[in-house]
Amino acid sequence: MAEVFKKEGYVDPRPPVLGPGHNFRSISEKIGDIVLMRGFQKGWVFGFAIVFLGALMLFNTIGYLVLKGVGIWGNSIPVAWAFDIINFVWWIGIGHAGTLISAILLLLRQSWRNSINRFAEAMTLFAVACAGLFPALHTGRPWVDYWLFPYPNTMGMWPNFRSPLMWDVFAVSTYATVSLLFWFMGLIPDFAGLRDSAKNKVQRSIYGLLAMGWRGDARHWQRYETAYLLLAGLSTPLVLSVHTIVSYDFSVGIIPGWHATIFPPYFVAGAIYAGFAMVLTLAIPVRKFYHLEDFITIRHIRNMCKVMLATGLIVGYGYLMELFMSWYSANTYEMFMMKNRIFGPYGYMYWLLILCNVLVPQLLWIKKFRDKLGVVFLVSMFINVGMWLERFVIIVMSLNRDFLPASWRMYKPTVFDFTMFFGTIGFFLTCMFLFIRFVPMIPIFEMKTLLPESKVDEHKVEEHISGTSVGANPLPQFGD
Amino acid sequence: MSHREHHHDIAPIREQIGKTRSKKGREFWRSLEELADTDKFRDFLHREFPALNAPETDPEMLDPVGRRNFMKLMSASLAFAGLTACTRQPKEFIVPYVRTPEGLVPGKTQFYATTMSLSGVATGLLVESHEGRPTKIEGNPDHPASMGGTDLFAQASVLQLYDPDRSQTELYLGDPRTWGDFLSELRASLDGQRSKQGSGLRILTETVTSPVLADQMKRLLVLYPQAKWHVYEPAGRDGARMGAQMAFGQFVNTVYQFDKADVVLSLDADFLTNGPGSVRYARDFMSRRRLTGGAKEMNRLYVVESTLTTTGAKADHRMPIKASEVESFGRAVARALGVSAGEPGQLAAEAGKMAEAVAKDLKAASGKSIVIAGEHQPAAVHALAHAINAALNNAGSTITYTDSIEANPVDQIASISELVNDMNHEKVDLLVIIGANPVYNAPAVWDQKAGKEVKFVDAMQKVATRIHLGMYNDETAAYCQWHVPETHYLETWGDGRAFDGTVSINQPLILPLYNSRSAHELLASMLNQPGKTSLDVVKEYWKTQITADFDQAWKKSLNDGFMANSALPAKPLSLKGDWAAALQPIKPAKSEIVFRVDPCVHDGRFANNSWLQEVPKPINKITWDNFAIVSAKTAGTIGLAPNSEPYHANAKMVKLIHQGHELVMPAWIQPGHPDDSITVYLGYGRDRAGSVGSKLGFNTYNLRTAAAPFIATENVKFEVAEGSYMLASTQEHFSIDTSGIGKDAFIEDSEDLVDRHIVRSGTLDEYQKDPKSLHHGAHRPGKELTVFPGYDYSKGYAWGMTIDMNACIGCNACVVACVSENNIAVVGKEMVQKGRIMHWLRIDTYFKGGTVNPEVFFQPMMCQHCENAPCEVVCPVNATVHDAEGLNVQVYNRCVGTRYCSNNCPYKVRRFNYLLYGDWDSPSLKNVRNPDVTVRTRGVMEKCTFCVQRIMNGKIEAEKEDRKVRDGEILTACQSACPTEAIAFGDINDPESRVAKLKTEPRNYEVLEDLNTRPRSSYLASVRNINAELGGAAGAGHTQETRKSGEKHG
Repeated sequence: MAEVFKKEGYVDPRPPVLGPGHNFRSISEKIGDIVLMRGFQKGWVFGFAIVFLGALMLFNTIGYLVLKGVGIWGNSIPVAWAFDIINFVWWIGIGHAGTLISAILLLLRQSWRNSINRFAEAMTLFAVACAGLFPALHTGRPWVDYWLFPYPNTMGMWPNFRSPLMWDVFAVSTYATVSLLFWFMGLIPDFAGLRDSAKNKVQRSIYGLLAMGWRGDARHWQRYETAYLLLAGLSTPLVLSVHTIVSYDFSVGIIPGWHATIFPPYFVAGAIYAGFAMVLTLAIPVRKFYHLEDFITIRHIRNMCKVMLATGLIVGYGYLMELFMSWYSANTYEMFMMKNRIFGPYGYMYWLLILCNVLVPQLLWIKKFRDKLGVVFLVSMFINVGMWLERFVIIVMSLNRDFLPASWRMYKPTVFDFTMFFGTIGFFLTCMFLFIRFVPMIPIFEMKTLLPESKVDEHKVEEHISGTSVGANPLPQFGD
Repeated sequence: MSHREHHHDIAPIREQIGKTRSKKGREFWRSLEELADTDKFRDFLHREFPALNAPETDPEMLDPVGRRNFMKLMSASLAFAGLTACTRQPKEFIVPYVRTPEGLVPGKTQFYATTMSLSGVATGLLVESHEGRPTKIEGNPDHPASMGGTDLFAQASVLQLYDPDRSQTELYLGDPRTWGDFLSELRASLDGQRSKQGSGLRILTETVTSPVLADQMKRLLVLYPQAKWHVYEPAGRDGARMGAQMAFGQFVNTVYQFDKADVVLSLDADFLTNGPGSVRYARDFMSRRRLTGGAKEMNRLYVVESTLTTTGAKADHRMPIKASEVESFGRAVARALGVSAGEPGQLAAEAGKMAEAVAKDLKAASGKSIVIAGEHQPAAVHALAHAINAALNNAGSTITYTDSIEANPVDQIASISELVNDMNHEKVDLLVIIGANPVYNAPAVWDQKAGKEVKFVDAMQKVATRIHLGMYNDETAAYCQWHVPETHYLETWGDGRAFDGTVSINQPLILPLYNSRSAHELLASMLNQPGKTSLDVVKEYWKTQITADFDQAWKKSLNDGFMANSALPAKPLSLKGDWAAALQPIKPAKSEIVFRVDPCVHDGRFANNSWLQEVPKPINKITWDNFAIVSAKTAGTIGLAPNSEPYHANAKMVKLIHQGHELVMPAWIQPGHPDDSITVYLGYGRDRAGSVGSKLGFNTYNLRTAAAPFIATENVKFEVAEGSYMLASTQEHFSIDTSGIGKDAFIEDSEDLVDRHIVRSGTLDEYQKDPKSLHHGAHRPGKELTVFPGYDYSKGYAWGMTIDMNACIGCNACVVACVSENNIAVVGKEMVQKGRIMHWLRIDTYFKGGTVNPEVFFQPMMCQHCENAPCEVVCPVNATVHDAEGLNVQVYNRCVGTRYCSNNCPYKVRRFNYLLYGDWDSPSLKNVRNPDVTVRTRGVMEKCTFCVQRIMNGKIEAEKEDRKVRDGEILTACQSACPTEAIAFGDINDPESRVAKLKTEPRNYEVLEDLNTRPRSSYLASVRNINAELGGAAGAGHTQETRKSGEKHG
């Protein structure tokens, strides 16, 4: 294809997806050395110390939580779900970017994804781990959580298959499993590479174990490609299903503000939105710290901004439709719910949500801002906050004023709500720090495929065979 | 002697060695100090090894902090108490009420009739006993004061029996003593009095109606003719007593027959929930407002009141006026009826108009009306009420006068003042306080001679010997040398008179848990009859009274719970001709403080009862505290507004000043409260109530003086004070429409709440014309909405409930009954603030029509047992499911605690054990539990079960007899406690059952029925009987307020 443009003197105005001047060796070294180097960088140690404190805060909170009960949080009647489920949905949403980037963009043959997919997948895994903590621990008796699984037991009891929470168990556990497999699969060739370039025995044996006997054989590659594609195919519906089912937790309920048919698509779009925002939030500092500007180029940043802009608009449309439907339903509960959302005692949360999720991201329409890392980072932070607020608006603000005015009650979080939430952020970042240090965060072999020397000139081969030229359609591909 | 002293005194050592030698034996010593055996050494030994001390001075026993040890000891004593109760019971015959089992069948409950006295007035009860352990109080359906219903105090009294903080042994200056020690000391003191004919002896009791106690006192006063019997009840009925004196020249007891009255005027009287006979009165009054079975008429209630009470909430026309203006209102009514009763003071135009209309209405219902004055109102108001009733010919038809039911009717404020003065002037040598707690609740008394106020506690300390008999080691016990633990009414024999004089026998359900004595036993020992048991005393007295076959009469009285035909006979009385001469001219008061008994802890005697503390007070739904109730306008004038909206629990502080006494307490802005008036509840701010009740709220007794015990008008000031205070309210939003609520409520359109049709109401006029008008605009989805066939409930039982909102008086008896029956945990103030109260049954309170004088509605809300229950679908583990009889059941041991069910419950009636709320440790509290109901653990959801354990019991009984359950055989706990029979429960498949019939009433509706949840509980809409002349809904303030809010929102 590229030849066509060249022939006509067309210069691709977009920045490259890989910086200039790299070869197979330089890529291996640049990325592999982060992992294989001896000792730790000061900055890494400093950052790790901070985030690990956060993780410890989480472990402490969990300990106290299991000891005392969920009453240490601010949840009440009527607001029986609050930070616990807000955080769950928030983390699950964040995870979505990983799967989307790995699976869907792979299927769509968006080669620019290659440098960020591993990173995003790891993020997915850790986010799902954080997310999973909440439903597991928010129950009154977490030690019997396993009753949610359908397993043969002497009580002869099955879970309630009508309950969305039960579907959640399947959705989230499937998602976690597939994400893990997908991530690990992708890592195998790189583990092999690390094994081969390992500088000591320990590294060699650990990475060797993880490489599962990969030799780079053509058959290996052929099977790897097939398996990877299959997993991508499997993951693709998950991107849609997980958050759809999470949204059922609410839309199956009869509480005004939950009971809405728009929830599945609106939640999925919101999840991708949140996920990309988080990828950017993490990638921008990492790229700077490890000087990976050649691999995560400005093109990646731009593309992700565009995805955020698109999904953000879908989310905004969702907000608009909620407003419209509450009016169109002519249902007194729905109308009051919407009024209460906008003008009620928590109204400021709604306006903050609109600011964070709808207004601020519109900056990304402007090309100049998409190139300014500071602005992009700020916008992604706004979106991270906004998506959390969105769940607060949906969960707390629907519950605290539902049907009977006598049972209305304002919700107040406690310090443990915050230590749990910020603790998971600490835990998440701890995992990210470990990941960055011990696992190649950018797929080395996939980056190599972006090098010109790896390109077998397929077109020439094809031309040679068929005698025709290809690439008559110069339309750019999605996201490029 | 932690550091050795090396300079031993050699002389004693030598002496000791000499002694041992002379004894020719071999004595060993461990140290020279021991050998010397000096006092100093012995002292040291005692300090180091307290076990060698005498048991009386065992510090562990005396340490008030060592509750754990206390509990350990108590659990052991309890275990033994339980045992003895089983084995020794037959010795003192107590007769089961319902059926006489051949023997005690374990697991089978027995019911015994007994009596509880509050402020002296007895109410008949049936007490459920599990293997000799009383667990649940029910009303005695045959007793005239109960008719099967109870108040919340009776319901909660069983917790008081097992209260771990009750005092457990005789104390002298805080040291444990025996009853024998006490008796010898008492005898010594009494011997000293005998020579003086008892001139230094004073006995202080609370109001006494017990004929036995009266007889004992009489005999005591014969023995000590110069002794004095003082009576003081902090929330006394001096107004009623002295009002009768004023009107008739003698103490009388007034018995009202509300079932015969067409028109009732309450002059600040909360007669539905407060005062003698209120349980019965509520029943009688509501019997005229049923509108069931085609009835189209109801009585009419006018209330002028100084605080929004439950009675005011049920009024057809209510007017908030200051307590000090009630007399004026009464005079205005009297004048309109042609009764000469002095010049009424300045009344607001609306009040004057109402007085005219009320008088007209009363006149039209001559002989079929009642005017009733509030307990806390002064004598003049009571006299006025008597005069108006006389003019209306009500006496003899709706009102009966009898002799006073009290054994010693006196002006109690005068009585306590006299006692304080006597003590202050050192005329008293021996003070015996029986049951009362005057150190906490007696007002400051003005000493004329000294020209200053004297406090009871100061005067009391001039008495040489002070003896206190009480259930708790309370404020008064702390200032008495001797404290004797008093028995709980469930532990002792006794008697009392009901509101109409009916003698009710009090039989014990259990032997005393601790070393406690009854008043009868104390008096018997003062009468030189120590060792006499309460049973002896009670039986001996009644033997002299009952001439016929005593044994049979006695047995029957025990079985029935009262003596047949013992009500006092009606007494023809005529008004004193010159009664009005005693009326004082009315002095208008600028501002006033009104003291009322607390709706939950009464005068403070139930302060340590956590069930009662946690009950949300009617109207404002606050728990665990008292507060200054103030109107929105007055709050504005003194600078509390505008931020203190009633639904915000973070209250601002207000400083109340009365005659130089100051008290800073949180203010609560209450719709429907009169301006320039603050109402405070008594019974809080206790120092020594126990581990639950101490240091809760604010002691408003400190503001009272003997001159103004209930309505303070002189030198009264309110000021804003620093700081704020968190009150724990269970309801944050009260308005069911938008009128009068501030911007903070964030509700713009009245349709937002009105269109929910949660509370349906109308006027009698509208109801008579078209009963359906009550449901105007409401929508109920039809059964054909779904393509899936519903479950067929038409076979077998189908349990259902109706709640008559017309009859519900919001008295909370059902709430406490539910707590008691279902082992519901108490969570404490902090958890209530967090929204985690565990009550399965709550009484939602709604206001309509502004803040000046709103209409009030009570809506008891519990699990509605929806046929299409939203909770069931969402539970992931099937922990909440439906049974074939339509019950929504919660399976505690399957519950994981996701709380999804609560989120999806539109009625928000599910309660979650966020922490371990159930008390699994306190041994004595294990005894109060109902063994038929699981005690829930942390992390599980719970909710109303329709008392499934009672349903099962009823079904088992029916199956044994091979029949169906009869209607009325199964009563839920809330239903059986309800004084007004507002709750009906039964099989809706049986068209003849009461509940099925009520469900066909035109007033019947289901809350949130448009959600298609198909609740099994339904409500009967509220109907008010409006006087067309006065118009409006509840009062004149209504229209004005609506208009104002209309402007705001327009």
